[in-house]
Amino acid sequence: MPRLLLFIPLALFIALSFFLWKGLSIDPRKLPSALIDKPFPEFQVAALLQPERMLSKADFVGKPVLVNVWATWCPSCRQEHEQLLRIAQDNKIDIIGLNYKDERAAATNWLRQLGNPYLFNIYDEAGMLGLDLGVYGAPETYLLDAQGVVRHRHVGVVTAQTWVELQAMIQALGVKQ
Amino acid sequence: MIPELGEFALILALGFSFILATIPLYGAATLNALWMDYAKPLAKAQFTFLLISFMCLAYAFANDDFSVQYVANHSNSQLPMQFKLSAIWGGHEGSLLLWAFILSGWTLAVSLFSRGLPLDMLARVLGVMGIIATGFISFLLWTSSPFLRYLPRFPADGADLNPLLQDFGLIVHPPMLYMGYVGFSVAFAFAIAALLSGRLDAAWARWSRPWTNIAWAFLGAGITLGSWWAYYELGWGGWWFWDPVENASLMPWLVGTALIHSLAVTEKRGVFKSWTLLLAIFAFSLSLLGTFLVRSGVLTSVHAFASDPERGFFILVLLLLTIGGSLTLYAFKAPNVKSESSFGWLSREMLLLINNVFLVVMAITVLLGTLYPLLIDALGSGKISVGPPYFNALFVPIMSLLALSMGISGAARWRQTSISGLKKQLLVPAIISLVVGLVFPFIYGDGFNFRVFLGITISTWIIATTAKEFKDKFRNTNSITAKLSQLTLSYYGMMLAHLGVAVVAIGITLVSTYSEERDMRMAPGDKIELADYQFEFKGAKKVKGANFTADEGTIVITLEGEPVVTLYPQKRHYTVKRSMMTEASIDPGLFRDLYLAMGEPLGNDGAWAIRVHYKPYVRWLWLGGLLMALGGLLTVFDKRYRSKSSSEVAHA
Repeated sequence: MPRLLLFIPLALFIALSFFLWKGLSIDPRKLPSALIDKPFPEFQVAALLQPERMLSKADFVGKPVLVNVWATWCPSCRQEHEQLLRIAQDNKIDIIGLNYKDERAAATNWLRQLGNPYLFNIYDEAGMLGLDLGVYGAPETYLLDAQGVVRHRHVGVVTAQTWVELQAMIQALGVKQ
Repeated sequence: MIPELGEFALILALGFSFILATIPLYGAATLNALWMDYAKPLAKAQFTFLLISFMCLAYAFANDDFSVQYVANHSNSQLPMQFKLSAIWGGHEGSLLLWAFILSGWTLAVSLFSRGLPLDMLARVLGVMGIIATGFISFLLWTSSPFLRYLPRFPADGADLNPLLQDFGLIVHPPMLYMGYVGFSVAFAFAIAALLSGRLDAAWARWSRPWTNIAWAFLGAGITLGSWWAYYELGWGGWWFWDPVENASLMPWLVGTALIHSLAVTEKRGVFKSWTLLLAIFAFSLSLLGTFLVRSGVLTSVHAFASDPERGFFILVLLLLTIGGSLTLYAFKAPNVKSESSFGWLSREMLLLINNVFLVVMAITVLLGTLYPLLIDALGSGKISVGPPYFNALFVPIMSLLALSMGISGAARWRQTSISGLKKQLLVPAIISLVVGLVFPFIYGDGFNFRVFLGITISTWIIATTAKEFKDKFRNTNSITAKLSQLTLSYYGMMLAHLGVAVVAIGITLVSTYSEERDMRMAPGDKIELADYQFEFKGAKKVKGANFTADEGTIVITLEGEPVVTLYPQKRHYTVKRSMMTEASIDPGLFRDLYLAMGEPLGNDGAWAIRVHYKPYVRWLWLGGLLMALGGLLTVFDKRYRSKSSSEVAHA
């Protein structure tokens, strides 16, 4: 039996190289979310810019919204920020920020310097709401319908192309209602 | 002409490394002394031709030969000479050539400093290094030659080196790091030689130890330099970003740290042999993985990797052959390695094993955090970063546990130790460190802070236990000076490195808790206060450098009315690359740094966005890193590694 144990490192390495090989050739596809077509989790969390204000699901249910997970420690978030500002200017949908595992001062500063595309920001300091939502890292963006049900999840930077796709989905939501 | 000569020398070097990878190994397997004897001259020949090849590339850079693609893409005629030369390793192809060159340098060093080594062991070690060199030089020649030309039409001037890399830090940081990465190939080759020959005794461990220690010291120094470079060059005042490139160097360092300790136990007690071999394989495998993850661009952009499938495929095959091959060999041959003694549940062996496990768990944590975004990216789902929250949440507790058991293992005895004995040894250091940890945040800061308490307590714990152990050496001696010279360099090296850990821990704790920073709009004449210092902005003016123009601010700093220093941060504009760079200006100090960076110009009244940092104890990070590296270096000069009698011990 101990002899077999000695093969474990080899087996692990083979698994790793299989994944690296796959990484070379795999087709792009979306990361499914456990919460697709399920309601957004309930929460009671303070707002980022007004620490005394408590936010909950009731603050955005009623119309479709985008929930964008971001943090100041995440370089890709800075990259997508311009696009988020443009989306906010288009005025087709509100963006709710989910400030994930961040420092309040740094995040406030970020919004002051780069501009604020968000209707309001949920300050998820410990990342508990992110955990409920199944967030892997930042940035991630979720499309919620008017009932607060998660309809789509986008992992990674939101680009102009992503916005085109999202608009199609938002329109589809509107038609259905 | 010269670049073709470089390419030709590279081809010859490949020929020699291929022979090195076959003949001596075959000789060792068939006990043919003549064939084994080829190893040394082949190592010299391989080094010579890689040296020629490297010099040819250096010549092309020094003489602005922009017909060479690699030179045209990474240099410029306006670049100062020292940066032209360091631009050799400013890109993928040149870095790989430097890698291969350093590998041949280590091979040469092993062949020169190996008088005590039995011939078959030497032949195997050099042969294994020859295999690695063959793989790398083939990779260079087939997919990444730095000598390709733009002919007949070539650009009149080069595209210039990335401004971030035009800095003293880049001149020394990559070679230092590669010395460490590639240095682990020696420990790896020794491990493979041990598996092939089935001989793994105290003598084997004694041969491997200095090579492992020096590679570890180089890697540590390289990481330290990298952190320092990022701190002053990136203009954010950060010193560690958990970015994939940094992680790639941290992983082999962590496993290397485990390897050093495991090797020590293997030499002294004849146990952990199989574990030591595995660590030696891991340390080098992670170096390889790290080099490739970084150099292939797979981490910065998976698509760049995939867009050159030839390169990516070659990389993977190389990894598979080296790592997969050695792990297969390990799985089949490791059972032949037997322990020579036993040890109890509470003993120095056991505590060192626990430390080893902590270090490996940290390395795995970093590996997962580094590869996870890669996985997401490979799945085509975009770029994410798990970021500092993930790493900090896992690193701080493991590091604290490691520090705790580090202090205990120093006090424990080999084979078996008693709890009452440990209590006697550790009670005083425990009380001292708890008291210092409790009091410090009240004196230095403005109240209790758990992070500071934890950090200062574990740092003091390491210092106090190290000091106690040192003091106990003098218990049964009258002459302190005689004892001082009697203690070995290895012992002093260990003390120094352990103190280095404490110094780093203090630095991390204090700089991450008590740093202050402010972003301000400052017009000429504006003043701000930060951590008792007063900063007055005197305005900005234009200055000109060799290949850039800059706005240079003047900021006068005073402390309670007394002038401290005047700093001149710059916002540079590099003309060829057309990119902006923030050149921070720093007033360094042992207990605090004042760090100033210029943001953007604001309005017409000469106002600028100015970022002011107050960074307490930030120097301790690098000071501690250098202490560790120095400790590792010191052990290499220990006399007993160079005693001629080691070969006799081996045969005994």
